[in-house]
Amino acid sequence: METFLHQVVAGLATGGIYASVALALVMIYQATHHINFAQGEMAMFSTYLAWTMIDAGMPYWVTFFAAVLLAFVLGAAIERIIVRPVENASALTVVVVFIGLLVILNSLAGWIYTYTIKTFPSPFPKDMLGNNKFISAHEFGSIGITLIVLFALYAFFRFTPLGLAMRAAAQNPQSSRLVGIRVGWMLALGWGLAGAVGAIAGMMVAPVVYLDPNMMSGILLYAFAGALVGGIDNPLGAVLGGFIVGVAENLLGAYVIGNELKLSVALVLIIGVLLVRPTGLLGKRLVTRV
Amino acid sequence: MSALLKVEKLHASYGSTRVLHGIDFEMEEGSITALLGANGAGKTTTLRALCGMVKTEGAITLAGQRVDGKPTEDIVRMGVAHVPDGRGTFTTLTTEENLRLGAYARKDKSKLAADFDLIYNYFPRLKERRHQQAGTLSGGEQQMLAVSRALMLSPRLLLLDEPSFGLAPLIVREIFRIMKRINEEQKVSILLVEQNASMALELADHAYLIETGGIVLSGTAEQIKSDDSVRKAYLGY
Repeated sequence: METFLHQVVAGLATGGIYASVALALVMIYQATHHINFAQGEMAMFSTYLAWTMIDAGMPYWVTFFAAVLLAFVLGAAIERIIVRPVENASALTVVVVFIGLLVILNSLAGWIYTYTIKTFPSPFPKDMLGNNKFISAHEFGSIGITLIVLFALYAFFRFTPLGLAMRAAAQNPQSSRLVGIRVGWMLALGWGLAGAVGAIAGMMVAPVVYLDPNMMSGILLYAFAGALVGGIDNPLGAVLGGFIVGVAENLLGAYVIGNELKLSVALVLIIGVLLVRPTGLLGKRLVTRV
Repeated sequence: MSALLKVEKLHASYGSTRVLHGIDFEMEEGSITALLGANGAGKTTTLRALCGMVKTEGAITLAGQRVDGKPTEDIVRMGVAHVPDGRGTFTTLTTEENLRLGAYARKDKSKLAADFDLIYNYFPRLKERRHQQAGTLSGGEQQMLAVSRALMLSPRLLLLDEPSFGLAPLIVREIFRIMKRINEEQKVSILLVEQNASMALELADHAYLIETGGIVLSGTAEQIKSDDSVRKAYLGY
């Protein structure tokens, strides 16, 4: 029973990471109707930037906020410089651009930092929770950080004029312009936020999976599965889906299929959801008038 | 009275298809002016051109300032509120959020609460539905919401694109009656595009008739109403 509970809690901790990345995917999907395949690599690259700062002797929490800020700027810059020119291009063009971005960021990280695996520190002291077998300090801390990020985003979108304007721009760009919203900047802001959320996820997962240029590839798949399970157009669903996938992956890995086959859970979920219920748990079916 | 809006030799095109072929018109501050015409004559395009939503040539002057060539977001900040065809409702947001968005570009936000009251006073039904998702409102309510959203800008010039579209005559009459009150009480000038010529001419003081991208007739509402060709072609008696 104890190990079972621990598996659930560990699943919630990684689930929180998936939930954050899934939320970043959904934010961009809602505004552009494209899946940002480079989301994981953006997070990975931001985590490397954080590693550089820590390596240079900066305190962890200063680094944390600096990295989040840098990731925001990086995300917004990518939208302005790389995504904007293909704004009206066909879906395949955009997919190719995103995959190109994935490869470029991955290779750039490998080129600058080499492919050698690096350790990344956890900000939470090991003995923070005393000696208990249920939950490690880092698991507890990363669930906490995830929840703070999710609530902060919720509050931002729900209660601030800028958050409202971003939701409006995602839903109806033309009407948004007619009320004076600068839709292009809202998109850049969305990419910035997605980048920042990804960076936090990267820094929370790096102490667990270690830092290397490919550390986010599996996580992006799980996050994508989570977003699909919850509904790709529903932020709340994506978060829920992320947690579900985290727990399911951990329990199946521990008791049913073993750790080697864990990643296939994500793939099975993706295919399963697309076949059986493409809208996900909370997604709405989109009916388009032609 | 001075001209609030002056349009000279306005051309507009979608891609390579030219829709407006040099139209001229003007409207006075405080007036209600109607643009009439059949389907495809270029009425909606004229409104879009005024808001920088299509590529244009020619001059558009609002209260002495050129607006042609400016991005939509800047024209809105000069006090032009546009109720587009299809109403442009933010369907997944609540009624109240829609109204708050209407005030997004407004400089003076101190009177916001008072303006919410004003809107709810004109359209009490919106107050009842203020926490409801806008997409679930009836057609008439959505049209009221679209007009109200535009009014939240506290605009100088209100552009209304076919407010009668798809609505029962009784509801159209109600909305038009409130538009008249708003025009008089809030001193908002209104440029109205309509296919329903008889209703539009009851509301407007001036009217222009557009046919295939050009103005073919202009005058006061009374003059237009009594014009024989308009009567036969657009009023149907």
